[in-house]
Amino acid sequence: MTRMLAVPFLFLGLAPLEAQTAILTASTDDARTFVQGNKTVTVSAPVRIGDDVTTFTLDNGMEVVVIEDHRAPVVVQMVWYRAGSADEKVGQSGVAHFLEHLLFKATDKLAPGEFSATVAANGGSDNAFTSYDYTAYFQRVAADRLPLMMEMESNRMENLRLSESDIETERNVIIEERAQRTDNNPGALAREQFMAAQYQNLRYGVPVIGWKHEMAELSLEDALAYYSLNYSPNNAILVVAGDVQPDEVMALAAQYYGVIPPESNLPPRLRPTEPPQTAPRRMTYTDPRVSQPYIVRSYLATERNTGDQKAAAALIYLSELLGGSPFTSALGKALQFDTQTAVYTNAGYDPSSLDTSTFSLSVVPSTGVSLSEAEAAMDKVVADFMAADIDPAALDRIKTQLNAQEIYALDNVQGRAQRYGAALTQGLTVQDVQDWPQILQDVTADDIKAAAAQVFDLNQSVTGWVVTEKEQAQ
Amino acid sequence: MIRFALTLCAAMVASVAHATVDIKQVTSPGGIKAWLVEEPGIPFAALEIRIRGGASLDLPGKRGATNLMMALIEEGAGDLDAQAFQTRREELAASYGFDTGDDVVAISAQFLTENRDAAVALLRDALIVPRFDQSAVDRVREQVLSNIAGDAKSPGAIASAAFDAAAFGDHPYGSSLAGTADSVTALTRDDIVIAHDNAITRDRLYVGAVGDITADELGTMLDELLGDLPAKGPALPADADFALMGGTTVIHYQTPQSVALFGHEGIERDDPDYFAAYILNEALGAGGFESRLMQEVREKRGLTYGVSTFLVSKFHADLVLGQVASANATVAQAIDVIKAEWARMAQDGMTQEELDRVKTYLTGAYPLRFDGNADIAGILVGMQMIGLPPEYVVNRNDMLNAVTLDDVNRVARELLRPENLHFVVVGEPEGLEQAAGAPE
Repeated sequence: MTRMLAVPFLFLGLAPLEAQTAILTASTDDARTFVQGNKTVTVSAPVRIGDDVTTFTLDNGMEVVVIEDHRAPVVVQMVWYRAGSADEKVGQSGVAHFLEHLLFKATDKLAPGEFSATVAANGGSDNAFTSYDYTAYFQRVAADRLPLMMEMESNRMENLRLSESDIETERNVIIEERAQRTDNNPGALAREQFMAAQYQNLRYGVPVIGWKHEMAELSLEDALAYYSLNYSPNNAILVVAGDVQPDEVMALAAQYYGVIPPESNLPPRLRPTEPPQTAPRRMTYTDPRVSQPYIVRSYLATERNTGDQKAAAALIYLSELLGGSPFTSALGKALQFDTQTAVYTNAGYDPSSLDTSTFSLSVVPSTGVSLSEAEAAMDKVVADFMAADIDPAALDRIKTQLNAQEIYALDNVQGRAQRYGAALTQGLTVQDVQDWPQILQDVTADDIKAAAAQVFDLNQSVTGWVVTEKEQAQ
Repeated sequence: MIRFALTLCAAMVASVAHATVDIKQVTSPGGIKAWLVEEPGIPFAALEIRIRGGASLDLPGKRGATNLMMALIEEGAGDLDAQAFQTRREELAASYGFDTGDDVVAISAQFLTENRDAAVALLRDALIVPRFDQSAVDRVREQVLSNIAGDAKSPGAIASAAFDAAAFGDHPYGSSLAGTADSVTALTRDDIVIAHDNAITRDRLYVGAVGDITADELGTMLDELLGDLPAKGPALPADADFALMGGTTVIHYQTPQSVALFGHEGIERDDPDYFAAYILNEALGAGGFESRLMQEVREKRGLTYGVSTFLVSKFHADLVLGQVASANATVAQAIDVIKAEWARMAQDGMTQEELDRVKTYLTGAYPLRFDGNADIAGILVGMQMIGLPPEYVVNRNDMLNAVTLDDVNRVARELLRPENLHFVVVGEPEGLEQAAGAPE
C-alpha cells in the first residue's frame, strides 16, 4: 500500500532476489557524544561493514544504517517503523495504512501538505508504504538537502496534529484506494479470500488496506492510538543511502532524532502464531470479471529468522527450480513445453517476513484444459520433482544468477536501503543481511530436498480456484 | 499497457536535463551511432536500443504481428531452441528485455563485464537469426491471447481501447498493438518473419549505453551486435487525425469503481511552446500532490486515490490525457471538478507563485533522474529518438526557467480546450449520461 501509485514504467531486467554483497570486515572505534541544546546524545561506536555500509545506534534506541554510494549527488532517507498492519488492534484493520496517509497532514510546525510541498520545492520526491510488518517513509533529494528532510521527518515522529476533517476526507481516499487496488480487481479479491483461508490466527489473514467495513469506521482516536504507541525512536530504523559520509549522518541523526525521548511503554512485539494446520483447505472464488480461470496452491513455509536463514535460502532455490523460469523450471518444462497444459506457471516464495511465510504454486491452464486436470498435472510435477535428483547444472545456474544479482543490485541505492529497512523491521539484524548472500551460495541439493519435504504437506495448504462462472469449477 | 508506458517514457525524457553525466557520442567502425556514459564503478553495463516503427508497421490484416514477433525473440536463435537459449542466458546471468510500442520496438540488456562478449553474442543471435519455431509461435500466441482476454475485462484497458478507437479510427493508433483474438489467431510464421524483417532494421536505430565499457569496446560491440541487421525498413505511417470531439462516452461494466480516461489534442514535442505546456501540465495534473487536480479531487474532496494528466507526444499524434478512478456514486462529481479546473486554468492561467514553485521542482528534480545505469541508458536513447542534442542535459533547466508567466498562460488558453475534452467512463457511473461528441 502506498500513498500514491507511481507512474508505470517499462519492466526491465531480472526480478530482484533478496540478498546483499560484501564480506564482513568490521572496524570499530569509540562511542561518540553530541550535544544538542540542553540534551546530550550518545551514539554507539559505528560499525563499518564491507566497503560502504556503516551502522550505529542512538542512545534513545533508534538504529541507523548508512549506505554510501557516491556516483550521483543524491540521497535517500528512509524511516522504517517496526509496526505494520499485523500490529493493529483487532477490529481496526487498515489503521496502520490510514495513519501512513495522515502523516502527510499537519504537525505542530508543518501545515497540511507542507511536508510533501517542501520536498517538491527542493526538487525531491517522497512517498510512504505500509506492509504487514512495517510502515516506511522516504524522500529522495539532492544530498545537500538531507538536514531539512531529517528535520521534517523527525518532527512528524511525535508532533502530528490531526483534525476531524482530515479524518473524513482521507478515509474516503483510502476507501477509493481499496476500490482501485482490490474491489475493482477480481484477482486481488480472490487473493484476499485466499490469505484469510491460509492464516487463521496470524494477522496476515487480514488485508493491509483493511476490510472495507472496518475502514469505514476508523476514527481519529484509532489513528492517534496506533501513532502514540508505535511511532517512537526505539521502534524505528533510519536508513540513509547515497552521497553521504557516515560521520555527517551520525551528527545529523543525533541532532534531529537523538533528542526524541524513547517510548517507555513500547510493548513487546508478540504476535499470535498459527495453530497446527491439520487439514487441507480449498476455496473457489467466482467473479464474472475473471478473464481466465486459474489455480493457486499455497503452503505455510518458514521465513528468514535471525541466525537461522538456511531453510529460507533453500526455499529460494526450490521456487526457482520449480517455477522460476517458464523455459527451464520443472513446472514450465512439464506444463508449457512437454505438454500444452498451461499458458502460465509460477512458483513464489517470499523469505522476508516477521512470521510464517508461504510458498505458492500457480497455474493458468490452456484453453480446453480443466482446472482438475491442471491441478493433477501440477501435483504430478511436484511428486516427480521429489522423486528425482536435482540437476547439478540447474543448481549452478541459480547460484551464478544469485551471485550476479548482487552486482546488479549495487546499481540501485534505494533497493539496497530497502533490504536493510525490511530486514530490521522483520526480526533480522544487519549481520543477517550481510550473511544472506553466502548462505544462499552454500545451499546444497540435500538442503533443497529437505526444505521441500517440510513444505509440501497438503495438510498445511490452501488450494484456490478462481473462475468466471461456477461451471468452470466442476 | 506497454504502449502507454513507452509513450510516457518519451514524455519523461523531455523533463530531464542538466545532469552530472558525461555523454560521449560514439560511432562504431561500421557506422552505428550510440551515446555512452562510462561508469566503471560496478562491473556491468546496461544497453538500451530503440528502433522506430514498432507496431505501426503491422501490415493490413496483421494487427499484433510485431508484438507477437518481439515476444518470440527470446524463444530461440541459431542452433539453440527456446529452452537451450534461456539455459545459456541463465548461465551468463545476463538479462534481456524485448518490448513493442506504438512507434518503436525496445531492446534492453544488462550483462556482466566478465562475460560480456558471450552475452552480446547470444543477444546478437536473438536479433539477427531468431528461429520462430512453430511450437514457440503457437505457445506464445496462447499467452498473447490470454492477455487480450484479460484486457477485455480490465476497466482501464476497456477505456483506453474505446478512447483510441474513437480518436484515431483506422490509423494504427486506433487499435491495440496486441491485435484482436481473431487477428492474432490468424497470424502465421511467415507473418512473424515479415514483421521481423520490417521492425528490426539499421536505418532508424538508437542506442544508449551506460556502465563498465569504453567507447572503443562499445564500437566493436555495436558492429558485432547490430552490424548484420537489414539496412532499411518500410515507410512509416502518416500522421494520425484526431477525430474525437468533446463529450462523454459511458461503457457499462459491472464493477464498483468507475475508471475514466479523458483528453483532447496536445502539442508537438518540438513546438517552441513545449516547455510552457510542460510546466502547465505539471501544475494542472502531473505534479503529484501539488497539482491542482490532486488538490481539488483528492485532498479537498476525497473523491479519488489518484488523478493525473500527461502530455503524450507520439510520433504521429499529440495528446493531453488524464485518468481518474472514483466510486460509481461519485465519479460524476469528480468529472465535474476536473472540467471546472480545466476551464479555470484555460481562462485564468496560473499564478506567478505557482509557476515559480513548479519551476523549482522541475529543475531540482532533474538530476535525480540520472540514477542507475539502466535508467540513464533509457534517458540517452529517449533523447536521441526525439532529436535532442547531448548539450540538452546542460541547457534544459535554463530553457525551462526562461518560460514566463505570459508564455504559460497564453499556452493555457491555446492548449486547454474544456469544450473539446472527451471522457470515456467504464463502470456503472451514477448521474452520468452519454453526451454527444464521438464522431459519426
